[in-house]
Amino acid sequence: MAEALALAPGPVGPRPKRPFAPRTIMLYSILLVAAVYYLMPLYVMIATSLKGMPEVRLGNIFSPPVDITFAPWVKAWDEACTGLYCEGLKVGFWNSVQILVPGVVISIAIASVNGYALSYWRFKGSEAFFTILLFGAFIPYQVMIYPLVILLRELGLFGSLAGVTMVHTIFGMPILTLLFRNYFASIPVELFKAARVDGAGFWGIFLKIMVPMSLPIFVVATIIQVTGIWNDFLFGVIYAGTKNFPMTVQLNNIVNSTQGVKEYNVNMAATILTGLVPLVVYFVSGKLFVRGMVAGAVKG
Amino acid sequence: MASISIRKLCVNYGAVKVLEDLNLDIEAGEFIVLLGPSGCGKSTLLNCIAGLLDINGGQILIKDRNVTWLEPKDRGIGMVFQSYALYPQMTVRGNLSFGIKNAGLPKEEVDQRIDKTAKLLHIEELLERKPAALSGGQRQRVAIGRALVRDVDVFLFDEPLSNLDAKLRAELRVEIKRLHQQLESNTMVYVTHDQIEALTLADRIAVMKNGIIQQLADPHEIYNRPTNLYVASFIGSPSMNFIRGKIEGNAFSFEGGQAKLDSYQAEQDGALAGNNGKEALLGLRPEHVVLGDGGRDSIGRGKVDIIEPMGSDSLVWINIGDASISSRQEGATDFKKGQEVEVSADISLASVFAKDSEQRL
Repeated sequence: MAEALALAPGPVGPRPKRPFAPRTIMLYSILLVAAVYYLMPLYVMIATSLKGMPEVRLGNIFSPPVDITFAPWVKAWDEACTGLYCEGLKVGFWNSVQILVPGVVISIAIASVNGYALSYWRFKGSEAFFTILLFGAFIPYQVMIYPLVILLRELGLFGSLAGVTMVHTIFGMPILTLLFRNYFASIPVELFKAARVDGAGFWGIFLKIMVPMSLPIFVVATIIQVTGIWNDFLFGVIYAGTKNFPMTVQLNNIVNSTQGVKEYNVNMAATILTGLVPLVVYFVSGKLFVRGMVAGAVKG
Repeated sequence: MASISIRKLCVNYGAVKVLEDLNLDIEAGEFIVLLGPSGCGKSTLLNCIAGLLDINGGQILIKDRNVTWLEPKDRGIGMVFQSYALYPQMTVRGNLSFGIKNAGLPKEEVDQRIDKTAKLLHIEELLERKPAALSGGQRQRVAIGRALVRDVDVFLFDEPLSNLDAKLRAELRVEIKRLHQQLESNTMVYVTHDQIEALTLADRIAVMKNGIIQQLADPHEIYNRPTNLYVASFIGSPSMNFIRGKIEGNAFSFEGGQAKLDSYQAEQDGALAGNNGKEALLGLRPEHVVLGDGGRDSIGRGKVDIIEPMGSDSLVWINIGDASISSRQEGATDFKKGQEVEVSADISLASVFAKDSEQRL
């Protein structure tokens, strides 16, 4: 028995992997088509933005630029006309930043405390409160536009950066609160109990125990808010006021201007510039984003 | 002096009453185990003592101080949880110092207490590690340390060993007992569903069911004189045998045999006579059932049905009439299936329960 157990004829060890099995070929060709489908518009945009106007007029949108020039980028940033002013997109960029930073910080600060209170410090009617808050996520924005105009006018914030920031904070609240509440609900409640026995209060537990454990969900919330606020057009055009138009509104003004020559290269450059911020955010925090999304699904 | 005194405690979730009019007095320095199946209210009771759960009625006194409305931190308690509940982003030192720093202790005092606790629990070399880098046993030791470092007199344990594997559980069980003996005048309230933990650790055990304390007594009494059918069947592994029958005069008779109850000590004098002719249950622990000659009180003849070897001993199942009872025998037992044996028992160690009230007679 002990010596040299004879192997039966036939398969032995790991199953060999065939590199060109039909399903592998299928899989990769589908992936390839999908990748081309999504990357083609981006390629066209970048290629066009690097061409001069004579080259654009030739109309070969897929041909690579022969004479590479960065002039359209400079023009889009610095001197393109956005309505009455011809100062380029940079004005809109800084407006957007001024809306974005306080909007993200304030909404996340409030929503995280909301979520924490709703999952650990249940009070009478907290479930009803949460339901009402969630309901807010399902009401179409359009319904609230005019009431908010009146509200901001009465507060003296209509047409100001503070006003549009406030609108973003309010509209981010339902989804962010839900996000934080669910994340905190996945943290074992015994941790909260232990902290209470250890003498930490409402803020002590939040700041010293919960926040340090919640980096992934803060990243997710930041991404959602950054892309949401940056890409917003509607609130910016309504509440910000002509001087404070965010980048998206100014981009629209450049691209949709009906006077003069259509400068496709400048338009393409301006569009890429506008989309750059969310793109950078995704690339930098992609891993954390995925981790935050699956957090709660697997305990660890 | 009572260390913890619970008076007329009521807790309900909506219409569901978890605890109702519960009274419990725990002496200073006592080790009390709350034992019961899940959902019996034992953890609820512990959370009430800790102040982590709002109560609906009654009072809780700790060291003669009414703490009913006090925050957990002001009650003078330390608590250990089943899932350790260590703060993952802090080192062991951070975990130990969190509570006493919140209490505003000066730094020297904090360091001093941590050193003392770490030495007591043999976790000195772990102080700078994060909980993720610790094993289960080490984590629970740190969690115990976090309770000890608060320098309080009352410790609450909520199933602290249930997350550990069997070997570690046995080790830490001994350690907790040793700790209780080392620390002077500290009261421990320990919640578990494991009867071995309860029997080995407790000075007194409170067996709970449906929010009611069924019996509060020392482990010996709980094991040998269970007050009702529930306690008798819950405590003991392998569990107690119950034989259905009738009380007839001074004997318990059932289909297949009869046991004389002369040596049985009733709860009250005349309890047996008062239930004469009524249906009852005779409870016999497997180790009190003797097979073959030499037993004290014969109860009948039976046939060996099944033999369960369990290493150190074997459990032999015998059919007497329509009853099937087990007897604890040596590990290497000679009994064979189908063998006829004389069955006897030590009736002075038996329990007799009324069938209708399920109470001990």
